[in-house]
Amino acid sequence: MIRLEKRPSPSQGWTAATPLLAVALTMLAGGAMFALLGKDPLAAIRTIFWDPLFGEFAWYFRGQLLVKGGPLILIAIGLSLGFRAGIWNIGAEGQYIMGALAGAGLGLALYPDAGRWVFPLMVAAGAAGGWAWAMIPAILKVRFRTNEILVSLLLVYVAQNLLASAALGWLRNPEGAGFPGSRNLSQWPAAANPELIPGTGMHWGVVAAFLAVIGAHVLLSRHQLGYHIRLAGQAPRAARFAGVSPGRLTVFCMGVSGALAGMAGLFEVTGPAGQISIDFASGYGFTAIIVAFLGRLHPVGILLAGLLMALTYVGGDNAATNLGLPAAAIQAFQGMLLFFLLSVDVLTNYRIRFGRREIA
Amino acid sequence: MRQAEGMLLEVEGLTKAYPGVVANSGVSFAVAPGEVHALLGENGAGKSTLVKTVYGLIRPDAGRMRLEGRDYAPASPSEARRAGVAMVFQHFSLFEALGVAENVALGMETPPPMRELSGRIREVSQAYGLPLDPERLVGDLSAGERQRVEIVRCLLQDPKLLIMDEPTSVLTPQEVEILFHTLRKLSAEGTAILYISHKLEEIRALCDAATILRHGKVVATCDPKACTAREMAEMMVGASFAAPARAERPRGAPLVEVRGLSMPSANPFGTPLREVSFSVAAGEILGIGGVAGNGQDELLAALSGEARAAPGAIRFRGADIGGLGPVERRRLGLCAAPEERLGHAAAPDMSLTENALLTGVVREGLATRGFVDWGRTRGFAERIIRAFDVRTPGPGVAARALSGGNLQKFVIGREVLQRPEALVVNQPTWGVDAAAAAAIRQALLDLASGGAAVIVISQDLDELLEIADRFAALNEGRLSAPRPTQGLSLEEIGLMMGGAHGMHEADIAAAHEAEAHAG
Repeated sequence: MIRLEKRPSPSQGWTAATPLLAVALTMLAGGAMFALLGKDPLAAIRTIFWDPLFGEFAWYFRGQLLVKGGPLILIAIGLSLGFRAGIWNIGAEGQYIMGALAGAGLGLALYPDAGRWVFPLMVAAGAAGGWAWAMIPAILKVRFRTNEILVSLLLVYVAQNLLASAALGWLRNPEGAGFPGSRNLSQWPAAANPELIPGTGMHWGVVAAFLAVIGAHVLLSRHQLGYHIRLAGQAPRAARFAGVSPGRLTVFCMGVSGALAGMAGLFEVTGPAGQISIDFASGYGFTAIIVAFLGRLHPVGILLAGLLMALTYVGGDNAATNLGLPAAAIQAFQGMLLFFLLSVDVLTNYRIRFGRREIA
Repeated sequence: MRQAEGMLLEVEGLTKAYPGVVANSGVSFAVAPGEVHALLGENGAGKSTLVKTVYGLIRPDAGRMRLEGRDYAPASPSEARRAGVAMVFQHFSLFEALGVAENVALGMETPPPMRELSGRIREVSQAYGLPLDPERLVGDLSAGERQRVEIVRCLLQDPKLLIMDEPTSVLTPQEVEILFHTLRKLSAEGTAILYISHKLEEIRALCDAATILRHGKVVATCDPKACTAREMAEMMVGASFAAPARAERPRGAPLVEVRGLSMPSANPFGTPLREVSFSVAAGEILGIGGVAGNGQDELLAALSGEARAAPGAIRFRGADIGGLGPVERRRLGLCAAPEERLGHAAAPDMSLTENALLTGVVREGLATRGFVDWGRTRGFAERIIRAFDVRTPGPGVAARALSGGNLQKFVIGREVLQRPEALVVNQPTWGVDAAAAAAIRQALLDLASGGAAVIVISQDLDELLEIADRFAALNEGRLSAPRPTQGLSLEEIGLMMGGAHGMHEADIAAAHEAEAHAG
């Protein structure tokens, strides 16, 4: 008989080991899935995990890691603060879109100004757009006790429609011969978010992601606000006893995660994506949820998880083109990662006992 | 050890170990038919494990039991019930939304038709002086009445042995009297009672024999009627300890004043506070008694600042603090320690250092401009551990790894070491062993001697009478007028607590009469 026995305190070793175990289990199950699809599982896994880092075209893929990882990390850091406090912002995708729309909208209103302050202003507008979109579920929750999971999630679909109408209508490039999509911001120097060091994929969004990792780490480990965030998540009643206002904490956590998601959207629209287009939203806001949990809601963990997830994106694209794997298989593969992570998580707080013993 | 002849229950060499702790080690004792037998011991001495073994909830690792001379090894409570063993738990297992009779039926394997069952309930409850209306909703009953439901449920099985786990912790003194009448009547009819308690005076009043457990072992047996409470306490603890000493204290000006405080409960099943008024002076200890669930949590929340009060309802040093939160109140000098240690007073998964920060941050200056000084915080945690003898490997240990008593010492110590001007505590010694309880009470007395106003909310009347200068009782959210504890009789206290819930004088008289017949 197998029994679960609660540990007196969470195991430090397993806290670090569960993500690795989850990755290993994902490779096994994913390999089985690829085999069922008629592909060589070893080749598929090598194409996803090995080739982008050390293969023939690694010089291209390595840069893509930071391009994909940057927004994931930036968004996930913001989400992790709320998740730690028990505030579930599921709508980062919408905040990401609204940040991009607000920032790009401001930039396009200033076109063709060449001032150096255009880009910083757009970043601020991007953060403000994401923040404002996140304030809707936050204030509804504080005022009317609505569920922030539902409200923030549903607002994603509203944002997606706003994006479509912007790309087709009010932000459409007047010189674009009627094609959908805005002016190309990455080709307008005052608003562009270029690659800072050629070949690395490093752009301002990646810089912001690294700064967010450091900031979140300091906040959580050194600052009273970070302590209150952890306290509210672990023991809400104790947090109230300590003097934490649940409403204010909700507004803060939703606001930060919205602002960071909005900034990520702005960096994307001015850099790698280049313009507002119908298919601008690529699911970063949802994948960031996986990244946040894969990183154990810890800033450094999120940094590593973001890079790992970027690798599955880049490697997945690689596998799709080279091996003809369907895109859905790659998504299922990413889903397995979260599934296994959550299921082996139980080992942190419980130990497995084999053998028969009567239940007390 | 008395020998086998004619014993109802014999327990021999019972041993049960859990990972890291031996709950029972070679425990032997015997209960005669009709005997009221006390199991006495501190928290964690192994009393509960022992009776759960007798009731078939736990299988022992070694040892054997005999019931009426036959081997007895129940695999489940239902087997134990068939053999004639019944148990009333400390925490009731009743459905609030169902009626009394329905609840009783749920606990039976083959319940009779509802009408017949109601008749039986009425019959049994009257015969034993435990009036109970089978049609009433359990949700509307007081704690004492709910206990009657549990007892009647057991009595319907005609048990040979009735186990009662800390039955008086939820009762007013009047209700305790009624319960004792019932138990004596049962005993006179030949039902043996295994009575678990750590209240020594009760055991002296009720029990014929006592088995005293310490660290899972039987350390003594005695005749409680021939022993003093102090002797039994020392057998329980295994050492003598000083009773808290009361120093004469100068009484200062009123520090905390509460006037007409009414407040809904944050909890849907809670009790709203209704027109609560009292004042506590510097150097004074106000004891607030009452049966659990009569507004204790709500009163603590109102005083700690977790719940905001109407303007003017709570004053501290004459200033209105009703609208201030916990942090501002702490800054002024009003600290609090709630009843629930894990999850309210402390965060279970956080270290003791992090938990020291929880309330200590303001008065101990543990953060500057929001940045936490973890070194100083650890120092504060270590001071608490040292001053209050908290048994733990160190301040890095998670709060949930501590035993209840040790964590309680930490929680109380955290507030006391902040040198508050006023301290509110709810159930300061609940689940704490006798020596630690004495230390906590002494710390509260010392705090008051130093000029602080102390409000102790507790369900332990002995504790309140021991340390409080004045006593008031909460009953359905109302607070009785505080009275000096000196010269206060148990009878008067009981009436302040609401008397016997749902009973009339006539019922009490009937209970007396029933006992007279039985006796």
